[in-house]
Amino acid sequence: MRNQAPALIFGIVFGALLVYLFLPGAPSGPARDAQELSKAEQENLAPEAARGGTLRVVRERGELLCGVSQGLPGFSNPDDEGDWRGIDVDVCRAMAAAIFGDASKVRYRALSAKERFTALQAGEIDVLSRNTTWTLTRDTVLGLDFAGVTYYDGQSFMVRRDLKVSSVLELDQATICANTGTTTELNAADYFRTHGLEFEMVVFEKTDEVIAAYDAGRCEAYTTDASGLYAERLKLKNPDEHIILPEVISKEPLGPAVRQGDDRWADIVRWTLYAMIEAEELGVNSANAEQMKKSDNPSIRRLLGVENSYGQNLGLRGDWAFQIITQVGNYGEIFERNVGKNTPLGIPRGLNALWTNGGLMYAMPVR
Amino acid sequence: MGSMIKSWLSGAIGLSDDNALARGFQDPRIRGWIMQAAVLLLAALGIFELVQNTVLNLQKANIASGFGFLENPAGFAINFSLIDYSAQSDFLRAFFVGVLNTLLVAVLGILLATLIGFSVGIARLSPNWLVARLAGFFIETLRNIPLLLQLFFWYFVVLQLLPSQAESLTPGGGIFLNNRGLFVPRILWEAGTFAPFCVALFASLVLGFFARKRFAFEGWKVLGIAVLPPLLLLLVLGWPLSLDMPVLEGFGFQGGISLIPEFIALLLALSIYTGAFVAENVRSGVQAVPKGQVEAAKALGLPSGLIMRKIILPQAMRVIVPPLTSQYLNLTKNSSLAVAIAYPDLVLVFANTALSQVGQAVEIIAMTMAVYLLISLGTSLFMNWYNARLALKERGTA
Amino acid sequence: METYVKTRRHPALPAPSRQTGLIGWMRRNLFSSAGNTITTLVCAAIIALTVPPFFNWAVLDAVWYASDGSLCRAEGAGACWAFVEAKFGQFIYGRYPAEEIWRPNLILLLFFLNLAAVLTPRMPYKGWLAATLLFIFPMFAWGVLHGGKFGLSVVETSDWGGLLLTLVIALSGILASLPLGILLALGRRSKLPVIRTLSVLFIEFWRGVPLVTVLFMASVMLPLFLPEGVTFDLLLRAIIGVALFASAYMAEVVRGGLQAVPSGQYEAAKALGLSYWQMMGLIVLPQALRVVIPGIVNTFIGLFKDTTLVLIIGLFDFLGIIRANFTDANWASPNTAATGYVFAAFVFWMFCFAMSRYSLYMEKQLSQGERR
Repeated sequence: MRNQAPALIFGIVFGALLVYLFLPGAPSGPARDAQELSKAEQENLAPEAARGGTLRVVRERGELLCGVSQGLPGFSNPDDEGDWRGIDVDVCRAMAAAIFGDASKVRYRALSAKERFTALQAGEIDVLSRNTTWTLTRDTVLGLDFAGVTYYDGQSFMVRRDLKVSSVLELDQATICANTGTTTELNAADYFRTHGLEFEMVVFEKTDEVIAAYDAGRCEAYTTDASGLYAERLKLKNPDEHIILPEVISKEPLGPAVRQGDDRWADIVRWTLYAMIEAEELGVNSANAEQMKKSDNPSIRRLLGVENSYGQNLGLRGDWAFQIITQVGNYGEIFERNVGKNTPLGIPRGLNALWTNGGLMYAMPVR
Repeated sequence: MGSMIKSWLSGAIGLSDDNALARGFQDPRIRGWIMQAAVLLLAALGIFELVQNTVLNLQKANIASGFGFLENPAGFAINFSLIDYSAQSDFLRAFFVGVLNTLLVAVLGILLATLIGFSVGIARLSPNWLVARLAGFFIETLRNIPLLLQLFFWYFVVLQLLPSQAESLTPGGGIFLNNRGLFVPRILWEAGTFAPFCVALFASLVLGFFARKRFAFEGWKVLGIAVLPPLLLLLVLGWPLSLDMPVLEGFGFQGGISLIPEFIALLLALSIYTGAFVAENVRSGVQAVPKGQVEAAKALGLPSGLIMRKIILPQAMRVIVPPLTSQYLNLTKNSSLAVAIAYPDLVLVFANTALSQVGQAVEIIAMTMAVYLLISLGTSLFMNWYNARLALKERGTA
Repeated sequence: METYVKTRRHPALPAPSRQTGLIGWMRRNLFSSAGNTITTLVCAAIIALTVPPFFNWAVLDAVWYASDGSLCRAEGAGACWAFVEAKFGQFIYGRYPAEEIWRPNLILLLFFLNLAAVLTPRMPYKGWLAATLLFIFPMFAWGVLHGGKFGLSVVETSDWGGLLLTLVIALSGILASLPLGILLALGRRSKLPVIRTLSVLFIEFWRGVPLVTVLFMASVMLPLFLPEGVTFDLLLRAIIGVALFASAYMAEVVRGGLQAVPSGQYEAAKALGLSYWQMMGLIVLPQALRVVIPGIVNTFIGLFKDTTLVLIIGLFDFLGIIRANFTDANWASPNTAATGYVFAAFVFWMFCFAMSRYSLYMEKQLSQGERR
């Protein structure tokens, strides 16, 4: 008779591990809390998220899954401690504040330009807040739903100062470096063609590669959204040797996107954004929000949920906007904190000023 | 279920079972068919499931399907193309630009890798200690470092060391090397002279081949037959050639032929990496030739170069060709690493840029894979044919 | 008259000094002919032109200790080893939390213990140990590395990186491809036409396409293949792609081993009345797999090098994390990238060279066994 013991031990260990690791409802370790959801449970929740009812899924999960970039200073970039910072990140934090009353209940997922849409479609993230341009194709055939604009951007060019070029029109026969899989590649081709300029395009998958090639002198100019140029310039060996040309050759309205077919969820993203803009317009900020609750201005009282609980119409808590403003801030604060004049990026408000100041930021009325 | 498997396993040992089903199972042929049917069913179910999921997912995400997008204008520019292409060309054309760029780098890479591989492989066995050691160092180092790493090294490190266009390295003769690539003169033909030249060249090449086969002409004579007539034709036509020299104008070199740094880096990395593997194949092939062969040739007084060409290599080729085939295939497939350094090959142009513009992952990845499969199949067929031809020469052993 | 007759043989004179010792060796091996002399001189010139500058850069002018990149940016500075030193932890573990790195260390240790046990000759219960390595170990490793079980905190796979990720992908790829490869090899040599055709199609498909497209497929297309809402994380998708790709190559290696088993063994097994699976499992595969160990090691070397490709789909493997650190403004210098690449090359080389030597050693051992 052959010894059966090893087979028995193997079978028992194998079976026990299998059950322990993969069966739902397996005992969970003490270190696990709401923030740390096992993969298996996420997968169970995902189908519903993909069908609609994202809000319920997010509530049950206890945190928001937010798709961000792999590192773009000012928009979404991990700081020295590894915490995410930036405008796009603050949008997610504001949503978490509105949903949970706690802006920290967000988990970030860094996505490349190519992965971002698939990740959203497949339900791996709840909202894509990753400097994504709102275009017709993306709004329709890619199955996305844009909820608004967080930053009005436009494509520009960066060149070396010693090239002594002051306009894109002087870049005839130049070599241009760009990211592939973005609208920038197409815009640059269109712009040069319409102006009868010849050019050569070198495209890379990753921004770091574009920067390395540009820094090595592979191309005269680097083109991407102006905000990106300001941010990436910080990564060059000598940022002062490079200038950003004045032409803005495209419209790049950047904003958060959600899956098509969950209108309620899209509403939440949209109104989170409007609440921040409206707050700036009404002069409500993170410092004075508490006092402003006593304001006589009916618009402020409506926004802060003092009277008429509009939050419940959204399926949120009554003080949703108050939480956004106190924990994250109004739009102006977010802008200045992340990309404004006192940051290394030093971007002027420009198009992103309120409509009352000659910009494009305009919130629909909260009522 | 358990007892079924048991009866099936014990079936052949001859444990009898009165059950008719079990008896059917004992017949290996019937069992074979049942199993095949089961596997086929499983495979079909799996594929059906995949297709259904995909269709559903595409519908849900509202992603278009079909190949209609191929006729839409691509919109993006490509900086290295063998055929006419502009941003207004359609996606199909972009696809062919990618295929041709892949083929170009693969074919040149295969030629260079063969050259490097045979030289280094033979050098590895050189009686000269220093040469053998250097070749050994070359092989052992480059074989064991990932290709992608070597590619990055050639592209990002070497590119950084190259001078700008104004300070190009140049050996003269209109050849320039700088951080924008390699620029060489282009040969310009007077109108209507290129075609006759090609015909003459082809004809004399055929003639040279015949001379070698039929009359056992060798070396210089063959070369003479193959090269002289076209040269004569050129003289008769009054040397209708001129050179188009690259000249630095504005932001770049105009005229001539420009080879972008991405192409050069990819070609170098591919051919050196694969060359190291080929060298190893060549070494083992040469070592597989019986010693007696070399000794006999030496006894006949043949010079060592001739021994290598006439005695060793022809026999070693039979051992070398099969692994050489797979190295060629590897090189072709590895050319897809171009995507990491912006050489516009099929993967970068189509599976990357076009994919992110169109979003139709299924169609685009399938087309890309089909191209590689076809190339692999073609190379295998050719090398099998070549191998069979080599094997035919073997006489009297069977 | 006395005659002098030599009665003893004169002791042999030493060979002329030109033929022995260093000079003789050089004459034989370096300067045996005019052509040889020229090649020797050319090679010496190549060495003289390349080695000293590299040595200067890598050793003499190198910056060994520094807290940031300012010394590396200095004129005439060589390799910036301080950069490697500062980022070493990241290069090995990626962003795996510092207080949890005992987990990967433990898993790696257990893996090598298990592997050593399987490779030890005449180990009792070898088959079961191999099965443990193939089936139990990966699950256990996932449980420990990812956490969320055994009372461990969760470490998301997006935080795994560096050499850890490279090893995870390469090892799980090879472990998963082994059983699949064996099945495919058996299928390809099967007498049943349907199974043979399916195996051939499967093998040739994966062998015919580049790994880059396989990874693209895994990262972009796999989510579309899955039922609604089911998602795998990116690492798992990459591993699936790598494993399918490797299994086709593994199948061909195993097929070579199957062909090397003499047909008498098959016939004898059949004559004993063993079923197909008994014949394969008890007689053929044990012999075939022993023969193909060098082939498996070589496949693994290839896979290990190919793992670097995952950086194209956005995973930070060893090479990927090194490259990601080039943009750290703190360490940016003209030497940083070159240093990083040289370091990566050295580490990869060490692993691959050691494994290829092991494979050569096994090959020799096996052929000795044949001769006996």
